[in-house]
Amino acid sequence: MTRGMVTWMCRYPGGAVGTVVLGAIVVLALLAPWVSPHGSREKAGGVYERPSWSLPLGLDDAGTDMVTLLLWGARTSLLVGFAAALIAVVVGGTVGLLAGYVGGKTDAVLMRITDYMLVIPDIPLLLIVATVWGRSLTSVILIIGLLSWARLARVVRSEAMSMRERAYVRRALTIGAGAFRVITQHVLPHVVPLLLTLAIFAVGNAILVETAIAFLGLGDPSAISWGRLIQNAFAGQAVSRGAWWAIVPPGLAVGALILSCTLIGRALEEKLNPRLRTGHLSVHSFRVARLPVDGRLTSRTGKRM
Amino acid sequence: MSRVEYVARRVLSAVVTVVLAATINFLIFRAAPGDASTQYQMCRTCSAEFRDYLREDLGLNRSVIEQYLIYMGDLFRGDLGHSFQTRAPVWDELTGPLMNTLPMVGFGLLLGLVLGFAVGTMSAWRRGTVADWAPLSGSMFLSVLPVQWIGLMLLLLFSGTLPSAGMSDPYLRFSDPSWWDTLVDRAEHMILPSLAIGLAWCGVWALIVRSALVGSLGEDYILTARAKGLHSWRIMRRYALPNSMLPIVTMLFLTFGYIVAGSLLVETVFSYPGIGLELYQAVQNRDYALLQGGFLLLTVAIVLANLLADLLYFKLDPRITR
Repeated sequence: MTRGMVTWMCRYPGGAVGTVVLGAIVVLALLAPWVSPHGSREKAGGVYERPSWSLPLGLDDAGTDMVTLLLWGARTSLLVGFAAALIAVVVGGTVGLLAGYVGGKTDAVLMRITDYMLVIPDIPLLLIVATVWGRSLTSVILIIGLLSWARLARVVRSEAMSMRERAYVRRALTIGAGAFRVITQHVLPHVVPLLLTLAIFAVGNAILVETAIAFLGLGDPSAISWGRLIQNAFAGQAVSRGAWWAIVPPGLAVGALILSCTLIGRALEEKLNPRLRTGHLSVHSFRVARLPVDGRLTSRTGKRM
Repeated sequence: MSRVEYVARRVLSAVVTVVLAATINFLIFRAAPGDASTQYQMCRTCSAEFRDYLREDLGLNRSVIEQYLIYMGDLFRGDLGHSFQTRAPVWDELTGPLMNTLPMVGFGLLLGLVLGFAVGTMSAWRRGTVADWAPLSGSMFLSVLPVQWIGLMLLLLFSGTLPSAGMSDPYLRFSDPSWWDTLVDRAEHMILPSLAIGLAWCGVWALIVRSALVGSLGEDYILTARAKGLHSWRIMRRYALPNSMLPIVTMLFLTFGYIVAGSLLVETVFSYPGIGLELYQAVQNRDYALLQGGFLLLTVAIVLANLLADLLYFKLDPRITR
């Protein structure tokens, strides 16, 4: 661990907590085949057996161990989250960069599409697309990714627009650099930190949307995800049987995972925009943004990450 | 840009969005494998002749362009087609559930807004103290929980004490209830679904309100107001809040679509016979006509809400016509 990381953790405790939680979930998910106490399809006892020493979170409606299901579910939830976020970042980033940098007609057309994507009620649309496309993990990922790039495109666009007016971009253009070169060499590197921040929020959002798709019974029927566990508890009448252990853990797990993404995202956001730290109405003290520890000022776009 | 031009532009863009939505709506269902005649619920085992008759009846033997023009023409006349399942007009199938959804969602929204504003204001005001981070982390946690899970938790906690399914007691009508009893019964059935929506959204709104307020509290005029010795509450009410309303209102209306979506999940959890449950059942029955109509209806509702937000900006920010 470098000194920079320690400093970062002290300045953004939320981000540090988020990183640790997310890291732990990722590690547990990767180790699922080795650390789960039972098989993910194995019947470990009776239907909705109560939690005990040997079965810390009890059994679900098919007699499968909840701890095992949670570990395996993390894999699917994380996979959907990261893959869908990747699609959203690639599509949203490209659209935003093009619209913001090129401007004019391109901007008008792309932004009309983006506005449409922002306006449509996304879960009903998911419902329709999932009905039409069929139920598989790939289609779930594609649907979520293709439905969540719009917000991202908006933010990237406004950043790229301001970028176009920067002196170094104009200079590059003046000395004859092509649009492609300017975008990839001068604009993109400045947008990357912003994209990363948006990406981590997109991961959280994708995981949340996956629970909705699973809840409506449109997820991959063979994949175990945390959303699926919530749906399973609902469909298996866990409420009327008082099986709280089948309901509470998957929801808390989803909450912890998304919250850790949000915390990391907010810490990055604060780093990119130090102004978020100023405030003049604090009762006890006036607050002014602290300078970074090494004394150098960060540019608003946060070139140094 | 004059005010008239601004309004005209906004209305035009709303109309374009609706047309675009209708077009995509049309295309998505054309992209479905097979067509309505092969997926028609009653037609799993029917004869080839009947299938041909259906294709003729539904206009599927015409060209795609022709079908599109007919579809748009029908929409223009307010005809959303007929449900595959019941053969009743989609419009009639949707209005009843929509009327059930509106009061429930409205009540939930109100609940979430009041809570969100209270928490967000306090959090921004007492920034950096316990009174900031405790409600802040609380609302962050609430805002990331799946709404269907919040619903299940409410069921787990209150299923004995409050009605947990449907929107009225089916046995009430045998006891010859007064209008007051009916009203109380309806309200009781609304509590849990509304509470789920309210809880799911108050966290999000608290965060929005807080970040907008934090933004304006960092402005120099706040420092000036404080230097003048104005009372904190007055600074908050007269200087910070009005200046934060623009982003807050924008975000509120942008979240509208998610609320509609959330009501779909909540209604499924509580078997509340609203538009969400209707769509959910349409998915289960593969009732494409109903799905298509319901989706368009929701889109139009959201476009209208956004238009309303745009028009509201006049009131909030006179600089907008620059």
